Amino acid sequence: MSLKLKKGVNKQSAYNLRDPNLDYEAAHTLSIIVDNESGVLARVIGLFSGRGYNIDSLTVAEVDPDGHRSRITIVTTGTPKVINQIKAQLNRMVPVHEVIDLTLKGKAVQRELAIFKVVANGNQRVESLRLADVFRAKVVDSTLKSFTFELTGTSEKIDAFAELMAPLGLKEIARTGIVALLRGDNSS
Amino acid sequence: MTQANKITGAEIVIKALIDQGVDTVFGYPGGAILPIYDELFQQKKIKHILVRHEQAATHAAEGYARSTGKIGVVFVTSGPGATNSVTGLTDALMDSVPIVVISGQVPTFMIGNDAFQEADTVGITRPCTKHNWLVKDTNKLAETIHKAFEVAGSGRPGPVLVDVPKDVQFASGCYTKKNEIKKKFIKKESSIDLNLLDEAISRLERAERPIIYSGGGVINSGQSAVNSLRNLVAGTNFPITSTLMGLGSYPASGKNWLGMLGMHGTYEANMCMHDCDFMLCIGARFDDRITGRIDAFSPNSYKVHLDIDPSSINKNITVDAPLIGDVSQILSVLIARWKERGSKVNKKKLSAWWKSIESWKAVQSLGYENSSSVIKPQYAVQRLEELTKSYNRFVSTEVGQHQMWAAQFMGFEEPNRWMTSGGLGTMGYGFPASIGIQIAHPNSLVINVAGEASWLMNMQELGTAVQYRLPVKQFILNNERLGMVRQWQELLHGERYSHSWSDALPDFVKLAEAYGIKGIRCEDPAMLDDNIREMIDYPGPVIFDCLVEKHENCFPMIPSGKAHNEMILGEQTEENSISDDGAVLV
Ligand SMILES: Cc1ncc(C[n+]2csc(CCOP(=O)(O)OP(=O)(O)O)c2C)c(N)n1
Ligand SMILES: [Mg+2]
Repeated sequence: MSLKLKKGVNKQSAYNLRDPNLDYEAAHTLSIIVDNESGVLARVIGLFSGRGYNIDSLTVAEVDPDGHRSRITIVTTGTPKVINQIKAQLNRMVPVHEVIDLTLKGKAVQRELAIFKVVANGNQRVESLRLADVFRAKVVDSTLKSFTFELTGTSEKIDAFAELMAPLGLKEIARTGIVALLRGDNSS
Repeated sequence: MTQANKITGAEIVIKALIDQGVDTVFGYPGGAILPIYDELFQQKKIKHILVRHEQAATHAAEGYARSTGKIGVVFVTSGPGATNSVTGLTDALMDSVPIVVISGQVPTFMIGNDAFQEADTVGITRPCTKHNWLVKDTNKLAETIHKAFEVAGSGRPGPVLVDVPKDVQFASGCYTKKNEIKKKFIKKESSIDLNLLDEAISRLERAERPIIYSGGGVINSGQSAVNSLRNLVAGTNFPITSTLMGLGSYPASGKNWLGMLGMHGTYEANMCMHDCDFMLCIGARFDDRITGRIDAFSPNSYKVHLDIDPSSINKNITVDAPLIGDVSQILSVLIARWKERGSKVNKKKLSAWWKSIESWKAVQSLGYENSSSVIKPQYAVQRLEELTKSYNRFVSTEVGQHQMWAAQFMGFEEPNRWMTSGGLGTMGYGFPASIGIQIAHPNSLVINVAGEASWLMNMQELGTAVQYRLPVKQFILNNERLGMVRQWQELLHGERYSHSWSDALPDFVKLAEAYGIKGIRCEDPAMLDDNIREMIDYPGPVIFDCLVEKHENCFPMIPSGKAHNEMILGEQTEENSISDDGAVLV
């Protein structure tokens, strides 16, 4: 039996062999190029809330100041049918120029930045610094009672660091949410 | 550009509209849009129709747009003017009607201060427009209005809104002509997948039990799509049914016509949908009123879906061959290739299929028991149809049982002749829509088939009809009930008629007289024809109060949660036919 792969999809992905009607939910990272105009983020978010789609993570910033374009990176979860709907609905919006499903397109670099405030004394303080070194987290601020660490990495790495810091006096975390780009020399 | 070349924002608005070929605007003035009204006063190219409520302006613009294929235009003021337009915008979004609403806004320096009549209009209308804009710079105003028209009319049409603060209307700026605008915001249309098209055609050629199911997209696509559809039906001899929005794209007198499908569609149309092995869906969207129970929808068919909107594909029903693009283009390619391949169809099986269809037709699912003492609503619509069909006629409706009876018993030979609120089901749509239609077609017979409850929702538009001498005929099927609600309560809620009767109704004849127009009351079936003729012949607006049987139910009916082959045909079979699961659905 020949595999019925749709044209233009990553041949290594078994995703397209799946029945699109299956209730199989998966996380997808979508990269959306939009006009950087007022209200554009509200439009995108409104689409998700209005139609009952999930947003697991969302980041946005202007990436092309000359063309006034921003890149929105959204991680969402849904069945293949829902993910297709989300992409079609996004594509319908006037300020949306491109919707790239990084999860379908192949391997993507996905990173998050987080800042941790750890307040501790004695051994705990030393231990937090040692672990930060292991994770290659940077100390960006310190007092006699606290460290503020900056860490970049996959969301899993940040989760792991947060877990380790919790008993060592972790007080606050700020995370950016995921930014992502396709690997390799292709621009998406 | 020198100062001398600059004009005010208000002038720019009017100039841009003229540039767009606009001849009619429906609207209502107020403080924040006064500069634009001032410009309107000083020109002669655009006619303004003063409605009596902004919701009516949007529906009138919809009626105008749908009966002409042009874009409807509306002016409203800020705050309450803008919020009153929300229902019409949503209605136009659901039914893909192109309208442009221009709203006044408080001056830019007051936005965000809870100024008098300030509302976050772009925020409120974001989910009910295709796109909207707040224009803060007079130099961008012309460009934005041209874009607005482009967005409203292109692809799958829909409503847009341009919010213009008062200081932007007063300030001077440069005018940009329509043809100086880059069309960069138009989404690229995808090319047809020819492999898929060929697969679809070979299925069409082999089909044993085919059905063509067409929708409003064919009408929106224009006359060439309508012609192609008719050619395809004639060439293949396939049966065809249409959605509520699609009526008229194939003539009701055509020999392959099965009538409307869906919740109140004919038995033959729905049975064909259920039993077919090949379904060609053209410009329709598998709405829940059409499909009935999703998992039992047309279980054994190969489904081809032609649609301009990729988000309509596989939304409710997964199809085998999605062909995305303008329906008229795809249809002409499809027909050309099918002809190249020899215009084949499976004739033998097809004639057997037509035999089954004849047997379903013999059920006469639209049958009802007539009466000589009381006017049956179906009979009233049938007589109206008989006595008006030879006219150059346009029909709008309100929402409810009367709407379904009109869809069942009136025949449309051409597109753009039937205007009804499908997706949103907006009571109060029909009267203002009939006004918009009559403005666009001053010499045609325009009839609004109404229910008394819906009609009351925008009855203030009597003033508009009288002011502009619009001879719109308001044919009210008065059952003194919120009939459709009453029907559901009878069938689904143990006959507990919670607030579903129209109490304290006005005397419609006296109401007409109060406005100086004609009122006719008819309660005798024997008088019906004469009274309808009197309505047609009267050279002005008429309110026709047709007192009909109060407890008539609209059949056939596919109850919510049921499949096409489980439709209720009439009173005698309805016991226990709607499950509690179905009662949850709308
Ligand atoms: C604005 C609005 N409110 C409520 C409804 C729900 N609804 C649907 S049909 C109907 C009754 C309509 O009564 P009438 O206009 O007299 O028509 P009939 O069904 O009696 O022919 C109602 C209340 C609606 N469709 N629109
Ligand atoms: Mg009624």
